[in-house]
Amino acid sequence: MTTCTRLTRRQILLRSAAAAGTTFLPWKTSAHAAPGAPVVITPELIEAAKKEGRVNYYTSVEINLAEKLGKAFEAKFPGISVKVERTGAERNFQRIGQEYASKIYACDTVNSSDAAHFIVWKRDGLLETCEPEDVAKHYAAEYKDPDGTYAAWRVFLSPIAYNTRLVKPEDAPKSYKDLLDPKWVGKLVKAHPGYSGTIMTSTHQMSRDLGWEYFEKLAKQKVMQVQSAADPAKKLVLGERAVMVDGADYGIFLMQDKGDPIAIVYPEEGTPLITGPSAVLKKAPHPNAAKLFHCWSFTAEAQQLSIDVGGLRSAHALVKERPGRKPLSEIKTMKENAAEVEKMADDIKARYASYFKV
Amino acid sequence: MTDVSIAASDTLPPRRRHGIDLSQPIMLAAAALLVVLIVLPIAWIVAYAFLDKSGALTLGNFAKLFTDPSFLDPLIATATIATSVGCLCCLIAAPMGWLVARSDMPARNLVRTLVMASFVTPPFLGAIAWELLAAPNSGLLNQAWRGLTGASADEHIFNIYSLGGVVFVITCYTFPYVFVLVANALDRIPGELEDASAMLGATSATTARRITIPMVLPAIIAGALIAFLQALNLFGSPAILAIPAGFHTLTTKIWSLFQFPPKPELAAAAALPLLVLTVVLLRAQKAVLGRRSYAVVGGKYGAPRPVPLGAFRWVALAGCLFMLLMPVFLPYAALLNAAFSKIPTRLVTWDTLSWQNVYFTFFELSQTGHVLKNTFLLGALSATLGTLLALIIAYLVARQSVRGHKILGFLATAPIAMPGIVLGVGLFLAYTRPPLVLYGTLWILLIAYITIELPAAYQQLQSAFHAVHPELEEASRILGATRLRSLRDITAPLLRTGVIATWCFIFVAVVRELSAAVILFTSDTKVLSVLIFDLKESGDLGAIAVLGLSMLALTTIVIALANSIPGRGGDIRLRENG
Repeated sequence: MTTCTRLTRRQILLRSAAAAGTTFLPWKTSAHAAPGAPVVITPELIEAAKKEGRVNYYTSVEINLAEKLGKAFEAKFPGISVKVERTGAERNFQRIGQEYASKIYACDTVNSSDAAHFIVWKRDGLLETCEPEDVAKHYAAEYKDPDGTYAAWRVFLSPIAYNTRLVKPEDAPKSYKDLLDPKWVGKLVKAHPGYSGTIMTSTHQMSRDLGWEYFEKLAKQKVMQVQSAADPAKKLVLGERAVMVDGADYGIFLMQDKGDPIAIVYPEEGTPLITGPSAVLKKAPHPNAAKLFHCWSFTAEAQQLSIDVGGLRSAHALVKERPGRKPLSEIKTMKENAAEVEKMADDIKARYASYFKV
Repeated sequence: MTDVSIAASDTLPPRRRHGIDLSQPIMLAAAALLVVLIVLPIAWIVAYAFLDKSGALTLGNFAKLFTDPSFLDPLIATATIATSVGCLCCLIAAPMGWLVARSDMPARNLVRTLVMASFVTPPFLGAIAWELLAAPNSGLLNQAWRGLTGASADEHIFNIYSLGGVVFVITCYTFPYVFVLVANALDRIPGELEDASAMLGATSATTARRITIPMVLPAIIAGALIAFLQALNLFGSPAILAIPAGFHTLTTKIWSLFQFPPKPELAAAAALPLLVLTVVLLRAQKAVLGRRSYAVVGGKYGAPRPVPLGAFRWVALAGCLFMLLMPVFLPYAALLNAAFSKIPTRLVTWDTLSWQNVYFTFFELSQTGHVLKNTFLLGALSATLGTLLALIIAYLVARQSVRGHKILGFLATAPIAMPGIVLGVGLFLAYTRPPLVLYGTLWILLIAYITIELPAAYQQLQSAFHAVHPELEEASRILGATRLRSLRDITAPLLRTGVIATWCFIFVAVVRELSAAVILFTSDTKVLSVLIFDLKESGDLGAIAVLGLSMLALTTIVIALANSIPGRGGDIRLRENG
């Protein structure tokens, strides 16, 4: 009850601030004041966002989902177009760094599958304080930055998977250890931690829990090396490889819905868990559109969309997991530690390259 | 002359101001522009390669480069690939060139056209198409083979993800260079020489051995070198095929050095050997050509006499068409299939035909429009400005109208020694800092494209100028026109075909360029090749197929439009006497 009143007061504050912004301070581009207060989607914010007309969304989420999200936003807020800039999380991280070093501020809002990036960006002062109302109300503390600069937009796993036409369920691997069996030589596919944040995060967890020796042995299995965490599952559906060592699970749920011959294995050692936070950049070229998109993307509506059409999981307390998908609580997961990934990223990439040669 | 016109312009009304002879200032401006275009990026590469963070001289970057196995292995792989491609291209293109230029094989023009079709295909698109065809398990050809022989699901006959696969795909899209050189050289050899040999009693084999082969050898060697250089400097095909196979080439390694944290100093150091090697090879080529070229001077010769092949004519044609399966028919069939299939490596039937990829590419993928606009804007601008620049330089050099014209010619051909990725690294280092921050704008890409394509454009236009006799211009000058006016009214119309050909050449080359663009793009300045490369990394083959085919269709339309531009005096045919 108290929360509710407080929020209402904040809303009022916010609206008056926004009104002040538009009436008296026409040069002030942001329709939001009171740093730290949760940001509510107000008609003023929508109006200001519409004037900007566009939002540049840098993301590493699978492109079909990213574009569907953009189209849903465009339908909800006509007049604001979403330009999706999708590449691997590590690529985006490098790209934003390179653009900022040359004073190019093109990115409005960013979603990354490597939570460590947000530690760096926050430390370097790149992130705007913008905690969406839904995050303040419905997200547990472990899924958000206490200072309100970022929050976990998506949660997903990097399991093992196999093509059910090429591998019988009884022959399927049950653990990471099983993948070292000679019968899998030339049949495995995996993605790359130098490109994908998902794989960076999962490689950290696996090297911590299984030891780097595991990767050293795995590299001898003639593994097909692809870049994006979205790609291994696509290679399975093509029939190019039988088993994927790592890769995002959310695309697989959609493939299964379509009837593609693909099955997930949650390995006995535990499945790497990845949270993909989102944030608004301080130097966003469309600050209001960025905030609007960011806040909307955390609403129950958008989060439910990411589950239903994207196969993701959500940290939003009000959204429901899809029936038929194994709930997170029933899966043994490895523990994510973004702070450690941040410290070890270069070491992880170097070690990985020394084993897999690329 | 100059004095007269200046004096005249002082007294005449301003309307006659164009009477000033501008060739000297234009020449100076062109030279200055070329120096900036070429010297600046190279200077930054050298600086980064030899200086450490504090600005002190160091060889540390090179020490790391030549001792670290993660650099040595790519070096060896690259050398193997380039050598194999050089040899293979000659083996394929030389006989084909001979058949097209010298035999009575049927459908020779069709073969020429198809070779050109493989030339306009971007090598990275070809590589992706060949993944669809010859990936060991899902590849269409391997599937067909298994279907025909009943081999088990584990067996395959092709594996495109291998050193051999990389060599094969690069060869597919490099052999046209050798083909053009050989066919052109054979076109130029007077038939009389061969006739003389035959009349003196030599068999066709002897004539081939003693006359034809020696005459065409310089072109073959030059072609081998060009093929070697192409393979050395290509980025897209190895990035697509070598990385899944678990190895790097020098270009993919350089590109990977731009991953976070970027190591531009190592990238610069790795780029220098490519540059040096290219320069050395080009000098070697010049030496070879200089020694072995047979200047066929004076007089007009009869057209070469086609060698009758008898029943072999059809065998030869079948052979050529079989060879063209690899770069043209099979890849485009695979792309067309992937564009309309739900699963890219499953054959489409009427029942499974799907518009999903087309819909996604044009209605859901938010970058498509923006990227197409950038690509065609850059293509048209680079082609126009590049042709103009090449035209000015070729004119100044061909007519030897100003002092120092030789330096100009040298500068215009110098970028040929700059691999795209090296130029990309150099331009990135040069234009990400004041005073000229061009990174993030289309300008940096425009500069890259013009620089890369200038040598070819210049060479094309130079040969076009040689076909127009100076006396036509001289007549115009004697009648009182300035140099620029005679250029506009006399030379330009006569050069129309050459100019349009050059424009189209640059346009096609820009649209298919990836190696410099992949270093220089930002989200707002993304081009089609980079978008395709991005989509490739997440395995979105359907969208790639649609984009690739649209790119080809649009390129074809642009070229057709360019060729249909009515030119002033376009119908004038020159009867050359030499």
